[in-house]
Amino acid sequence: MADPDPIIEVHGLVTRFGERIIHDGLDLTVRRGEVLGLVGGSGSGKSVLMRTILGLLRPSAGTIRLLGADLTSLSREKLVALRGRTGVLFQDAALFSTLTVAENAQVPMRERFGWPEALMAELACLKIALVGLPDDARDKYPSELSGGMRKRAGLARSIAIDPEVLFLDEPTAGLDPIAAAAFDELILQLSRTLGLTVVMITHDLDSLMRITDRVAALINGKAVVAPIDELRRLDDPWLRQYFGGPRGRAALEAGQAAG
Amino acid sequence: MSAILKAERQGDQAVVTGAGAWLVDQAGWLAVRLRRLPVRLAGVRRVSLDLCGIERLDTSGAWLIARTERHLQAAGVEVTTEPPQGPGDADLLQHVRSLKLAHHRLAEPPGAVVALLGRIGRAMEEAGRLAVALLGFYGAIFLRTAAALARPWQIRWTALAHHVEQTGLGAVGITVLLSFLIGLVMAWQGATQLVRFGADIFTVDLLTIAVLRELGVLLTAIIVAGRTASAFTAQIGAMVLNEEIDAMRVIGIDPIDTLVLPRFFALLLAMPILTFIADAAALLGGAMVVLFELNIPWVQLVGRFGEVATLTHLLVGLVKAPVFAFAIALIGCWNGLRVERNAESVGRMTTQSVVASIFLVIVVDALFSILFVRLGI
Repeated sequence: MADPDPIIEVHGLVTRFGERIIHDGLDLTVRRGEVLGLVGGSGSGKSVLMRTILGLLRPSAGTIRLLGADLTSLSREKLVALRGRTGVLFQDAALFSTLTVAENAQVPMRERFGWPEALMAELACLKIALVGLPDDARDKYPSELSGGMRKRAGLARSIAIDPEVLFLDEPTAGLDPIAAAAFDELILQLSRTLGLTVVMITHDLDSLMRITDRVAALINGKAVVAPIDELRRLDDPWLRQYFGGPRGRAALEAGQAAG
Repeated sequence: MSAILKAERQGDQAVVTGAGAWLVDQAGWLAVRLRRLPVRLAGVRRVSLDLCGIERLDTSGAWLIARTERHLQAAGVEVTTEPPQGPGDADLLQHVRSLKLAHHRLAEPPGAVVALLGRIGRAMEEAGRLAVALLGFYGAIFLRTAAALARPWQIRWTALAHHVEQTGLGAVGITVLLSFLIGLVMAWQGATQLVRFGADIFTVDLLTIAVLRELGVLLTAIIVAGRTASAFTAQIGAMVLNEEIDAMRVIGIDPIDTLVLPRFFALLLAMPILTFIADAAALLGGAMVVLFELNIPWVQLVGRFGEVATLTHLLVGLVKAPVFAFAIALIGCWNGLRVERNAESVGRMTTQSVVASIFLVIVVDALFSILFVRLGI
């Protein structure tokens, strides 16, 4: 199944930490415009895979193409340019604690384009409105925000310069069900209106059901990729446990009732 | 691919054509050009925005279009927009238009004089607030101490012993080394001056009095302030960060009893002992110079030392040690409890502990000097 326009292509990825093999010949293709969920048990290498695709970690073997460029043989300048086209929301939002929300959103603009202050301020306002934060959140510091608002602020920073692909590390972890559902909606809406490709690590079965087009399950160092309905039917002990447990069943039933 | 923008005017009508890629990397110059549009088209009644030629659009581009429409309408111009034809572009534009963006005003930075006065004012207010809070903490310590003395079996002896070991025994090495070196250097500097007057033996007087009354205790206090005040703040601060203090309160444990008092009394015990050790080490360092550099026989050195080193000199130094210990522990523990629930705060408070406790030690030392001079000791 050759994809005409893949955003990310991972081929034969091997990641080794000392004796431990995390990824063992992993293949993964992410298509333009899709929302891909990334699941796996603790220590299965979800975050490591994300960091490798982002070029924060070097793989032991294999090739990674991000937006058409081979990450392993990229010059520093090219890598920096590529980073401008990707956005990342880290697990705890990783907002710069000494800057306000608006200033956080302006950081990528300032670094990449060096626009006049007024334009950056106005565009920061736009991004903050896009992620659904109230106006008065703009001049607050990250420590003054609730968990859900911090994640939204982190999202505003990660879409500050209109990336083509957005990486989310457990976006709904630590949020109450209402905030988590609202955040799911927000991601879905942004990916539709902005045409974003989204790669999302999550343990939230409701999120998986609600917003992913396909799900990649990391099992034994390899990735099994399929829409969630197909994934459920695969005969794999880990997947059976994952979807067959009480939480999995509840989420699936809720998803079917809603859909 | 870059963005294209053209404006043509015919009488009281104008056509603005946009084409190409209206993406974030083009937004800088597009924003400037579009900003001037209402001025350039002054007097125009009707503007048609023809954006069919735009092939790629992102939020920045959509926002620029929405902003231009707003500006033109605000200037009383009738605007008709032909939206971009790309898939989803019209929706994106509509979505951005629908967002209620409050007008963002850049705060006018105040003048330099006003800013300076403002900073001084805020610092003064903060200092006043902190002084009151510190006084409150000081009072709380006395209250809890009184309560602990009434029920001595409830005192945390294990914690006390642990902190004596940490703050006292752990500091012996560095205190001995630094005091020895300072004693050596002082004796050397004093001797080179005194030799010129043939008053070599007075090096012993100089060193003994300086070390016993001032240097030993001051040096110890500065080492302890750097080592222990910072440790107290970091330890207690990390517990605040981890909600351990709140957990204690909920269980019914007073954090002053468990965290502050053991550290306080440990330091009160350890400081005089450390000071005594520092005195001895500094005198030993000085003795090295007197014996081997000035070649004064040791019998003469000991005799002279015996005459100069009175109990008064020793006590003048030692009596300051618990007071300094009090100041250091007070600042260290207080700053630890003041840590806010963000990681940056621990670092800031730790730095502040060291600076504030050294400052306080030197101020108290100066007050002692005045006191002793007045008392004629």
